[in-house]
Amino acid sequence: MTADVQDRERSAAPAPAGFRARRSATVLSGGDRVSRGWTTAATIVVALASIYFLAPVVWLVIAATKSSSELFTTPGFAFGDWHLWDNVRALSAYDGGIFWRWALNSVIYSVVGSALTTLVCAATGYALAVYRFRGRKALIAVVLGSLLVPGTVLAQPTYVLLVDLGLNNTYWGLLLPALSYPFGVLLAWIFAQNAVPTELVEAARLDGAGELRTFVSIGLRLMSSGLVTILLFTFLGSWNSYLLPLLVLTDVELMPLTVGLTGWNQASITIPSLQILTVVGSMLSVVPIAVVFVALQRFWRAGLTAGGVRG
Amino acid sequence: MVALAPAVVPRRRRALGGGRLAPYLFVAPFVVVFLLFMVAPIVIAVSNAMYSSRSSGLGFGGAETVFVGLQNYATALRDGDFLFGFARVALYGLVQVPVMMLIAAGLALLFDSALVRARRFFQFAVFLPYAVPGVIAALLWGFFYQPSVSPLVQALQGLGVDADLLAPGTVLWSVANVSVWSNAGINMIILFSALQSLPRDTFEAARLDGAGELRMALSLKLPMIAPAVLLTTLSTVIGTLQLFNEPQVLQSITPHIASDWTPNMAIYAVSTLGGDTRLGSAMAVLLGLVTLVVSLVLVRVTNSSSREGL
Repeated sequence: MTADVQDRERSAAPAPAGFRARRSATVLSGGDRVSRGWTTAATIVVALASIYFLAPVVWLVIAATKSSSELFTTPGFAFGDWHLWDNVRALSAYDGGIFWRWALNSVIYSVVGSALTTLVCAATGYALAVYRFRGRKALIAVVLGSLLVPGTVLAQPTYVLLVDLGLNNTYWGLLLPALSYPFGVLLAWIFAQNAVPTELVEAARLDGAGELRTFVSIGLRLMSSGLVTILLFTFLGSWNSYLLPLLVLTDVELMPLTVGLTGWNQASITIPSLQILTVVGSMLSVVPIAVVFVALQRFWRAGLTAGGVRG
Repeated sequence: MVALAPAVVPRRRRALGGGRLAPYLFVAPFVVVFLLFMVAPIVIAVSNAMYSSRSSGLGFGGAETVFVGLQNYATALRDGDFLFGFARVALYGLVQVPVMMLIAAGLALLFDSALVRARRFFQFAVFLPYAVPGVIAALLWGFFYQPSVSPLVQALQGLGVDADLLAPGTVLWSVANVSVWSNAGINMIILFSALQSLPRDTFEAARLDGAGELRMALSLKLPMIAPAVLLTTLSTVIGTLQLFNEPQVLQSITPHIASDWTPNMAIYAVSTLGGDTRLGSAMAVLLGLVTLVVSLVLVRVTNSSSREGL
């Protein structure tokens, strides 16, 4: 099975962006031959699907501009009076600005976590691609095998372990488990195979560069576009993470946005004013990520083509 | 405190045989975190599940840990609600997985067919939910399910349909809708990428032979991306078994989602509110085993079909 997957990964190497763009241009020019009726029908189907996918986000943005009472009295997709800034002010004031603390925590977990994870994956993938060493095959088998272990099954035992280590209720308790990311190692290995020529490493070695320097100045540089993909996946993974922080953190000051906002949502049954704050908070937490993510789509697309699977 | 020593390669490489040592230092950080946060939790779960704490006497002497063998597993397997959770996610998966894959594959084929205008915008729209964290998506749809705020329920009422999207019979599908909404986009992108990497000349030839777009999509393109379809199906099925975020969030707005509604929710409830992490570990091991068996069966199917497909 190992060899199978390996071959499939190698054959599914990422095509350069320009190549793909040219291909889709061919498709479009071919499309001229298709009748106008079909084009309209297909576009209508896709437009209807888009309404389904966009509507909740549009509703969220509109709802965030309403006052607490307008949320219940005005039609969902119509604007009420403009209360966005009042809402943001109320959000920032609530509980000593705890929302921004959660936002900061989410940024710390995601940025620090994804940077460290990407570095760990890059070093491992680079070593797998560039060196031949004892235990290499075993490591590859372990990495591929562990892709079948879903993260959430590990959450409860990881929580038990963190309690034993005394790391529950700490930043490290969430940051360290995220570092173990076999799918990222798989991606880094594929990227290194495609991007780092062994001859170049040999040449650097002959020039007297140390192994670490070769890795940093040649390996990391050549793998950089692939590493952005891993960075994106791990960033999003930490940003969306819910079960582990829910188990591990009891200190409100350490919670990420997901846990904090769902907590507010639950509490809004008894504290109605929290409902609009939950809406505004959700909107503020979704929009920046959506923009960044869509802007960087070239990178995660390359990752998907290369991986053929996801973690 | 666990310190992660960075892989520092010694300067005097030759003297220390650094050339041979280097790969081990590069993989060392991963091996350490892998052992600590992948292997150790599994070992801990398995061993933890074999013990039970019993308070001695009046409970003043603190808890006493006793070896109970497989008793925790027996307790979990006798828990009807925990077992019913598996049946529930199975039913959920039987509907949610095909529906989502149909939407994802259908849209991917449409986007690939050159029939769609403004393709980039529509692709963005379909993919956007993936950037919304799963729990925020659940929260968001929660507003769409509550009659007091929901534009959806209000619109249905306007049409004379009195829909309760949070009733015992509908809530499972309301949860399924959230994960279809969240995940269809990413699967569409994966399938679309696979379609775009297919050799175009085949289609040109088929087109010259007079094959329509629909025929080409169903009898040419779909079989060619079978491996990608099976892989996305596999990861969706695994995700289904792990169902937690969406129902856990929607739990706060409906009484019809119990705290042990899915296997993962039961594990969470037992480990936190129930205070029995050992029973929770036993349940986690059981869920892991079921997931592993299902994955292996699906990988088998994937491998044999992709061999035929390629």
